[in-house]
Amino acid sequence: MDDLAALIEPQIPGLRRYAVALLREREAADDLVQDALERAIRAWPQRRRDGDLRAWLFAILRNRYLEGVRRRRVVEVGTELLDDVADASADPGAGLGVRDVLDGLAALPEEQRSVLLLVAVEDMSYADAAAVLAVPVGTVMSRLSRARGRMRAFLDLAPTVVTGHLRRVK
Amino acid sequence: MTASDPRPVGEDDLHALVDGRLDPGRRAVVEAWLAEHPDAAARIAADGQVRARLRARLAPIADEPIPARLRVAHLARPRPVRSSRWLPGAAAALVCLALGGAAGWIGRGAVPPAAAPAEPMTQAAVSAFRTYVVEAVHPVEVRADGTPHLEQWLSRRVGRPVRAPDLRAQGFRLMGGRLLPAGDEPAAMLMYDDDRGTRLTLYSRAGAAGGRGVFRYAREGDVAAFSWIDAGMAYVVTARTDEARLLRVAEAVDAQASGRGNGLQ
Repeated sequence: MDDLAALIEPQIPGLRRYAVALLREREAADDLVQDALERAIRAWPQRRRDGDLRAWLFAILRNRYLEGVRRRRVVEVGTELLDDVADASADPGAGLGVRDVLDGLAALPEEQRSVLLLVAVEDMSYADAAAVLAVPVGTVMSRLSRARGRMRAFLDLAPTVVTGHLRRVK
Repeated sequence: MTASDPRPVGEDDLHALVDGRLDPGRRAVVEAWLAEHPDAAARIAADGQVRARLRARLAPIADEPIPARLRVAHLARPRPVRSSRWLPGAAAALVCLALGGAAGWIGRGAVPPAAAPAEPMTQAAVSAFRTYVVEAVHPVEVRADGTPHLEQWLSRRVGRPVRAPDLRAQGFRLMGGRLLPAGDEPAAMLMYDDDRGTRLTLYSRAGAAGGRGVFRYAREGDVAAFSWIDAGMAYVVTARTDEARLLRVAEAVDAQASGRGNGLQ
């Protein structure tokens, strides 16, 4: 069990952060993390050794989250519980009377929210984020574009017009 | 523009710039391109700002110490094997759990399987807890009176020996017990309380799979529960208390029920 702990526990802070960002409620987030970790530990012997451990754990957590939403046992909560998540003063823009970045995040569809969190907050590579979400890398990139466009609009940071100069290359 | 990477700048380059994922050569190419495209440059600056604000907002969570209940040792407690005759059963139970958890995870990119719904037994135990702990006059059917009567009666009805663990070391005294309907065979519920009036229930019933399982933690509102199976019996301890204290109770109950400690009577 010690090697299991040594491998899994370093991922717990990131898993908790992702869970809080999804649920915005601390207790429910830790319940979700616990649930995901229990499943990971049970599935451990069948884990593919060549896969990325972090992506595997995040995939389990996200899947448990989606299951919970489907069963309505996990309720997405509103902004009134925001203060419970983290000190809003930690947001550099909060003191300027601008909108809370987490409100913008909450307004995104889950698939865009997850892509943005995994890439921008958890520092996952696009390939690892694709593995977590079980989609091709190209889908990750297009979801990231949409997520960033919506966040810019929400925070009123810049026009969201996509210029004609941009095109996607491999 | 460098000759080493002459490909035109794409959306993926712009995201990679925001996310710090470009190597220095490519980064120079993209930055030179942005210098000629102020709209895109403004967009990238805004994306960078969103990224920084998200990270700053969520960073405190990852800086916190890990809650005790999320420690791997608490989730998958390797439970002491009390005698060699339990080895096959214990191994089988753990394999079953592992297979059940892994069935859908085939390869990278696959998604782990859907959860089993929360255990019905735990739900029944928590419901019973909620129903009876609020009882001021009749919290139990049979009061503990220092005689074997309570354990004998419950054992006879449940069909397996039911012993009331001694939880005085954990601060709980046995109040008594009652029988509950639970499918084909009844379940036994013992109730304890502490000096501050905190009540705790131990729910047990026969008919579980053989072998030993890990402790499972569940929480429903303010009520916490640990459940596990051992040697054909299923157990749930439930209380309105913190999980660390409840876990100590679960461990004490388990130790006594499996013969590594003594019951009260």
